[in-house]
Amino acid sequence: MVEWLRIVPADEKADAALMMRIAQWCDRFTPLVALDAPHGLLLDISGVGHLFGGEAAMLTEVLQKISTQGLTVRGAIAGTSLAARALARHAPRSIVPVGGDAAAVAPLTIAVFEDEKIARALLRAGLKTVGQVAGRERSELSERLGRDFVTRLDVLLGAEEKPLSPLRPLPDLMAEQRFAEPVVARGVIDMTLQGLAQSLRGILEREGRGARLLEALFFRADGDVRHIPVRTGAPLRDPAVMLRLLNEKLDALADPLDPGFGFDLIRLEATLAEETKPVTTSFDADENARWQVEFLIDRLAARFGEHRVQRFVAQDTHIPEAQSVAVPAQAREFLGHWRNKRNAAANDPPRRPLRLFETPEAITASLSTPPDGPPKFFRWRQCRHDVAHAEGPERIAMQWWRGSVGESRSDLKDSKPARDYFRVETTEGQRFWLYRDGPDIPGGARWYLHGIFA
Amino acid sequence: MNKREKLAELRHFVARYHLPDMRPPVPLGHDAADAILGGGLRPGLHEVFAGDWAAGGFAAGLAIRAAGTRPLFWVRPDYEALEYGALSAQGLLELGGHPAGLVLLRAPNAAGALSAGADILSCPHVGTLVLEIGGMPRSLDLVAGRRLALAAGEAGIAVILLRAGAQAGPSAAQTRWQVSTAPSRADDDDWGSPRWHASLIRHRQGATSDFFMQWDCDHGLFRDAEAAKYAPHPGAVVSAPAHGQTQARIAV
Repeated sequence: MVEWLRIVPADEKADAALMMRIAQWCDRFTPLVALDAPHGLLLDISGVGHLFGGEAAMLTEVLQKISTQGLTVRGAIAGTSLAARALARHAPRSIVPVGGDAAAVAPLTIAVFEDEKIARALLRAGLKTVGQVAGRERSELSERLGRDFVTRLDVLLGAEEKPLSPLRPLPDLMAEQRFAEPVVARGVIDMTLQGLAQSLRGILEREGRGARLLEALFFRADGDVRHIPVRTGAPLRDPAVMLRLLNEKLDALADPLDPGFGFDLIRLEATLAEETKPVTTSFDADENARWQVEFLIDRLAARFGEHRVQRFVAQDTHIPEAQSVAVPAQAREFLGHWRNKRNAAANDPPRRPLRLFETPEAITASLSTPPDGPPKFFRWRQCRHDVAHAEGPERIAMQWWRGSVGESRSDLKDSKPARDYFRVETTEGQRFWLYRDGPDIPGGARWYLHGIFA
Repeated sequence: MNKREKLAELRHFVARYHLPDMRPPVPLGHDAADAILGGGLRPGLHEVFAGDWAAGGFAAGLAIRAAGTRPLFWVRPDYEALEYGALSAQGLLELGGHPAGLVLLRAPNAAGALSAGADILSCPHVGTLVLEIGGMPRSLDLVAGRRLALAAGEAGIAVILLRAGAQAGPSAAQTRWQVSTAPSRADDDDWGSPRWHASLIRHRQGATSDFFMQWDCDHGLFRDAEAAKYAPHPGAVVSAPAHGQTQARIAV
């Protein structure tokens, strides 16, 4: 008996979450990181080894950095993902030179196939190592063990394989700065961002594109990664503007950027980019004005949040609260559906109020005369209002067919009855928009105040 | 002309190009009011006070006039929508405004609205800015008001500070209006156009006066309600409907 031994049931969800966090952390080595569930990670390091002083140094750094976080880790570098995977498990720390995959995996036992049935079949044929299996005719293997096995075997031996499916789409428009010593000072971080914005501008210019979604990534030395996304209304390339938007966002963070023991990598990427016209600064007055207003909207959105800066889009519906929809002002693609003029005869008063309550407010109304007419007076927010003028009813049927599936017809009818709207003016000159929810409500009609006219 | 001169000239051209053109006063349409205002609404800070919901429509009217075809920025803290209802783009269209040019900023609080206002005024191509700050938030003190007035003047933009249910204190505004709704004529078939008793209770560059105004939705401007042969409702002038309108009058 070992008294201090604690037995805890395996928590697969927590394991998966941890793997995901480690995978995100590995973003600092290469943007191409894929999960190899349940407990493997695949990093495509093609062309990045030299940034870390060669593949050997890189492997050491990766393993060391992960193990200092209290994790047990094994790793290997090879030409294909399967070869690397097999070597990491059965011959850790191997680094296979280009083209050496077949030789490197040859001495491994057939356990690398991780399949009981296949292992048994191979043993029966007297094959104990990968090398022995590789020596057999492909057609023979395919017949006995299936096509898939042959494909996997070939990949293991170094044949072409399909690319990794990375966790995040690969940003091809990015600039990054690594630090030997983690940085903490805001001044250094600002300068770094400035440099990165400059580099990103160069990349964007070469591609003839501009960023619609910028992301700044701050990799902390202790493994945390902070994403700061900034959306823009128009394709953006100007480093000064990028910095201004980023700073607005950083200053407005509810949960400020915490360097902890410092950042060891800062990256700026254009996650979404669009084609731009080659000239961004224009001397056309209208164009310039529009651009400046868009930049203002971007700044406000970075500071207050995209959902707080809104424009309105006209909708083709008769439901009053749905006739115009507030959309983030940066979403320019929705604009331009408004009529220029209101649809009314000369001298007509407004038919729709300037103010609408999102939730219509219940009021108590006197009995109406005639029965389906407007009330003589009503009480709203503890004040009595006497009706001097009224126009209505204007019947507006709710879209009962929009109800959720599963509700019975009678429920639907109860939840969204037609509304009878009245435009009223009180003796004091206040103009309100009232409605009664349908004529056929048992137990009397309920009245609501929905809006206030100017 | 040598290179340097040419460059200096271009610089000068660019600098002038980016300066806000000094906007002339925008006529409201109400002749007597325009005469007193010296042609109409000038760039600067304009305050609209009201005890009830009248102020919203009046401020919207001023904003429609001042913005013209340029973008109209309307900034309000979140709580305003609960108290006075959300701004309806459809309603603005009905008043003869341009919803396509409307940008609404929902600030988390009054202080946020004020700082957003300062940001918006830094862009010379904004048509007009409506800041809707009801009640008496601490962040809107005399200093904040001065700062806003100064920024509005420098930007050459008319800023409308909408103060529903607020008490008027000292401020640096160009004009200050006290507004209350006026009923339509009892025998009017086309009843329901916005009508107000609007008192110009403070005016930096001239006299003060009371006006009886009606909004013309077809043309998007103010009219003289009397001239339109509408008699004022007898009860309207003395009625002080909701919170603090009478106090506001005394305080000024």
